[in-house]
This record gives sequence, C-alpha cells and structure tokens, in this order.
Amino acid sequence: MSAPPVEHYDPWAGATARRDAYRRLLNSGGRVAFAGCIGVALLALALLLGNIVSEAFGLVATVDERDRDGLVEGRAFTELSREDLARLLRQELSAGGLTRLEEERPLEERSLDDLRALVLARIVEPDVVGVWPLHESLLRRDAITAEVAAEEPGARLEFRSWLNWQFLTSPMASEPLEAGIRTAILGTLWVVSIAVLVAVPLGVAAAIYLEEFARNTRTTRLLRACITNLAGVPSIIYGMLGLVVFVRWGEALTGGRSILAAALALALLLLPIVIINAQEAIRAVPRSVREASMALGASPLYTVWHIVLPAARPGILTGTILAMSQAIGETAVLIAVGAATFIAFDPSGPHSAFTVLPIQIFNWTLRPQEEFRHLAAAAILVLLALLLSLNAVAIALRARLRGE
Amino acid sequence: MLEQSVTTAGTRALTRRRQFAGPLAEALFFACAALAIVTSIGIVAVLVTEALPFFRSEGVSLLSFLTGTQWAPMIGRFGVLPLVTATVVISAIAMLVATPLGLGAAIYLSEYAAPQARQILKPTLELLAGVPTIVFGYFAITLLSPTLQAAFTPERVSIYNMAAAGLAMGLMLTPLVASMSEDALRAVPRSLREGSAALGATNLETTLFVVLPAALSGIVASLIVALSLAIGETTIVSIAAGAGPNLTLNPLASAETMTGHIARIAGGDLSHGSVDYLSIFAIGLLLFVITLTLNLASQAIVRRFREVYE
Repeated sequence: MSAPPVEHYDPWAGATARRDAYRRLLNSGGRVAFAGCIGVALLALALLLGNIVSEAFGLVATVDERDRDGLVEGRAFTELSREDLARLLRQELSAGGLTRLEEERPLEERSLDDLRALVLARIVEPDVVGVWPLHESLLRRDAITAEVAAEEPGARLEFRSWLNWQFLTSPMASEPLEAGIRTAILGTLWVVSIAVLVAVPLGVAAAIYLEEFARNTRTTRLLRACITNLAGVPSIIYGMLGLVVFVRWGEALTGGRSILAAALALALLLLPIVIINAQEAIRAVPRSVREASMALGASPLYTVWHIVLPAARPGILTGTILAMSQAIGETAVLIAVGAATFIAFDPSGPHSAFTVLPIQIFNWTLRPQEEFRHLAAAAILVLLALLLSLNAVAIALRARLRGE
Repeated sequence: MLEQSVTTAGTRALTRRRQFAGPLAEALFFACAALAIVTSIGIVAVLVTEALPFFRSEGVSLLSFLTGTQWAPMIGRFGVLPLVTATVVISAIAMLVATPLGLGAAIYLSEYAAPQARQILKPTLELLAGVPTIVFGYFAITLLSPTLQAAFTPERVSIYNMAAAGLAMGLMLTPLVASMSEDALRAVPRSLREGSAALGATNLETTLFVVLPAALSGIVASLIVALSLAIGETTIVSIAAGAGPNLTLNPLASAETMTGHIARIAGGDLSHGSVDYLSIFAIGLLLFVITLTLNLASQAIVRRFREVYE
C-alpha cells in the first residue's frame, strides 16, 4: 500500500522566482562593476600616457630677437652657406666665446646643421611666445595660426618635437629651445650603476646567509624583522639618512652633495628589495639539489657557490633589474641628498655634483612657464623608454638563462 | 701507489682550506646581512640625534610640536598639525580611489576573468605599477589639476591642490592593492567556491560572502601597506600639493604634507645647525613612527588572522 501522491504546493514559488531573477541581475551587475574597475584603471593609464605624448610634441610660436632672414642682406636664412654662417659667428660672438667654440671643434670642420644651430642659438636667439600640445596642434591648427598672426605678427609657427636629437645630447640650459638632458642621463647612469653595484652583491650575500647558513636564533629573527620593515620605510627617510651620513658626516669621503653620496643612499634603499628577491630566488632551488651536492662530498660553501647560486641566477637577475628600475625612477632620495637643479656640465667622477632624469623632470614640471612642461614631457618619454627597454632586457635574459 | 698518496695529500690540503673557507665565508655573508640591522639602527639614531636638539631649542617642546596648529619657522612656531592634516587628507583621497578600484580589479582578475583576459590584463596593470612616481606627479599637475579647476572654477581651486595629488596617488596605488589583494583571493581554496556554488549561490554571492571574508586578512594587509606608502609618498605631493603649510581640510586648497616639507627643506640650502633644518628630523621621526606602526600592524594582521587551509 503506497501513500497517495502528495500534491506539492509552494506558496512562495512566485516570490522565489522573482528573487532568483533579482539575484541573477545583481550577479551580472557585479561582473560589470568589477570589470569596470579594471577599465577605469586602464583608462587612467591611457590618459596619463596620452597626456605625456601630447605634451611632448606640438606647435611652437617663436619671435627672433634678430630676424634670421635679415642677417645677410637680401638672403633667407636657409640659403646661407657654411662660409656665410661661420663668418657671421666670427663677426658677432665675443672673442672668448669664439675661442671656446673653436676649441670644442673648429668652425670650418662643423657641419651645416651644426652651424645653423649655433647661429640660431647665439645670434638669432628666438624667444618662445606660445606653445600648444599635440591634440590642440592637430585639431585647432587654423585657429592657432590665426591667433598667432593676430597677437604676434612677426612670429613664426613651427611644429616641434620636444624629444629630438639635440634634446638628448645638449646639456641643461635656461633657454627652453636649447635645453637638453645629456647631463641628467649621464648623472642617472652614474648614480644607478654605483648604487646597483653596491646593493646587489651585498644583498645577494645577505640572502645567502639567511637562506643557507642562518639558524633560527634571536639574531636571525631580528635580521628578518629589520629587512621586512626596512622595505616599508618611506624613501624620503633614506634621503635624510643619506643627507646626514653620506653628505655631512662623510663629506671628506664623498665630497658632499655628490654622485657617490646619492648612490650610497640609494643603495641602502635598494638593499631590502634585493635581499627579499634574492631570498625568494634561492628558496626556489629545490632541496634535493643541495642534498645531492652534499652527498657527493661538497662543502656547504661549495654547494652554495657552484650549485645553488647558478640555479638561482634568473631570479636574482630579475631582482637586480627590478632594483635598477626602482633606482632609475627614484626621486625623493635624490631631492633630499641634493641632486643639483642646474648643472650644465657632465659629471666627471663619483665626487662631482650631478643631476638625474627624475630631478630634471621635477624641476621643469615646477617651472611656471608652459614650455618647460613640454621639456618635462619629452624627458619623461626618455625615462619610460629607458625603463621599458630595461624590462625587455630582463625578460629576454631570463628566457635565455631558463633555456640553458 | 704514488698517485694515491698525492691524491690523499691533495684531499687533506683541500679539507684544511675548506675548514677555514667555510666559517670565513659564513662570517662575510653574515656581515652583509647585518647591514640591515646597522641601517635600521642608523635610521633611528640619525632621526633621534638630529631631532633632540630641535626639541631642546627655545620655545619648542614635544607637546607644542604635536599639538601646535601653526607651522611658521620664521616666528618660531613649530606645530606639526597643518602638515599632518595635509598628509591625512591626501592619503584619504588616495585610499578612496585605490581601495574600490584595486579591490574591484583584484576580484575581477581572480573570480571572473577568463585566463586569456587575465594574461593580458595582469601585465598591463603591472605596467602601471612600474611607472615612476614623478610621472604621476606630472599627471596631477598638468592634467588633473586643470581639470579640477575647470570643473569647480579657478577661484575655488588652487592650481596646487590636495585633490589632484590624492587622485594621482590613488591611481599609483591601485595596481599595488590589486596585485596584493588578488594574491589573497587566489589563496582561497577552490573547494570553498565549489561548496558555495553547490548550495546555489551565484558567483557574486560566493565572492562577497565566501571568498572575500576568507581573504580578508590579506586584503586588509594590502590596504594598510598602500596607506603606509601614501603617507610616505613624497614626489607627487611635492609637485602637486603646493609648498606652504596650511591647516585646512578642504581638498581643493593647497597644503604641504610632512614629506613635502622635508623634501623642500632637505633639498634647500639651510645651514645645518638652524632650528628650521633640525625640525625636519622631528617630522621625519613622526613619519617613521607612523609608517612603521602601519607596517607592523599589517604584518600582525596577516600572521594573526590568516586562514590556513590544507
């Protein structure tokens, strides 16, 4: 005897269906919202890059201090030959300035473009009267032309790439059209190489100690705690440390606000980063490899040096490049240690005063005149290109080392 | 016979060398590691020894430093509050941007994104993380600040303002929050999600009520690290927040932060003995204490509340 079938009656069926529809709607809403967060972040990245590119190129209106087409009667500037230009320079420049130029390279041996640039810089001396970013230069070209013609009748309007060869190879100058970043690039190379050369060997050695030799003692725990917390200390504090220890106390050794002082302060900042990355790389080497080496009679030191380190090399290398990228973009430490703002000569050694790319960008950005913002944008493009190529090298190297 | 004795002698020499090389190398490696302790002590020692003469100088005390509402070295007023409020306002704005954006991005990457989309999105976010801070400073002053001025009229918005600095900083911190939180979310075992789905929960419900609570300690830790970075960030605020202490909570006003002030004075040409110069070490000490506390808190949270799954 079986029980009669019970009829299912669910008074909430309609409500449940409505609630489920609502839940499904919420679910897809959540998906859109979370994707939107990434979208906003990427959009901001695009805006940031787009803004820099737009500021690095664009129209520039200049007025010649001395009209360039009137330098030689009846002849336009572009028609002048090398001899004409050299003669002009001899006539117009002071004796001292001329000697310096000749010492650098005799006028006769200079190219036409070089002489033209010299005449423009020293005699014509164009002043910037207006600058426009790329998007305005493209979209409102006619309006800008009309505006310039109305307000500055004698001005010439040219499209300019603020990022150009002259910009890369000229030293700092107070005239925006002549200023360049050669000094800053050289300064960056000096400071970053010294900092990395100091931080990486020390950091890797420290990591070897922590991973291969350290026993679980109180000292070791203190060490680990110090490293973790040092990684979280703001960079401006490393700058203050550098200012007191390397610039003031160590003045006899470093020469005050010098490349060496900055590089050492930077090395201290990089040290925890290098140690943590190297530790990870060393930890990733399987235990069995070490045991095999020891079983064959190798000492712990031999095992570390010939077995573990080579195996950890790709990871250590990645950490090194990471540290290098950090050092190249670092600004706060160098502001505090005192990268000078206006340096027009190349750094001559570890003791010389210097400036670096981020500091140069920092100073140009803070200038009220708009044209310096465009120089800053061009310098940022160089900085980003440097970082990107560094990362590309890291990826390539890692791939090769892994392939071996 | 001869060959054997040579080998034995060689082995003995090698062994002897090893006996010395081992401990020597270990000592050398330890010395390098000890540099971390030396640096830590160095930081505290430098900040304290330079800040002490500041607190001993006339008209300055720890209390007046911590509670004073006016920072005016010219007339001997060293109250740190204006610098602190600027730091707080800017960090708060940055966190208001970075928390939802970073967390949302992390949830999308870990819970929703298809593997292919993840493979593209993650490196792109890392690209954003690799952009130097100076670039965010440039972004703040050339794009965000003029946009804010256009939106709220230039009379109400200073060209150097805390909002622009905070927004740029939030953007800078977003990839960090995203990547640390994503690690925390991905550490939650799959079985939890499957169990939740089996009970009939939607994807969103699983994420909000199962995965997020399980990963909470890691997420909170990432937010604290981001906050600590925001408080210590120097370059963006030096460029975009303005130079000059200003006691205000108005994000559209210009005000100098603790880090901004330190950078301006440290990079300048003040004589080393002046009270003005020494004062930055007192600010530095305060900054150090705040960031250290935050970092320790983040580590403690991870250690204490981490859910360990088998």
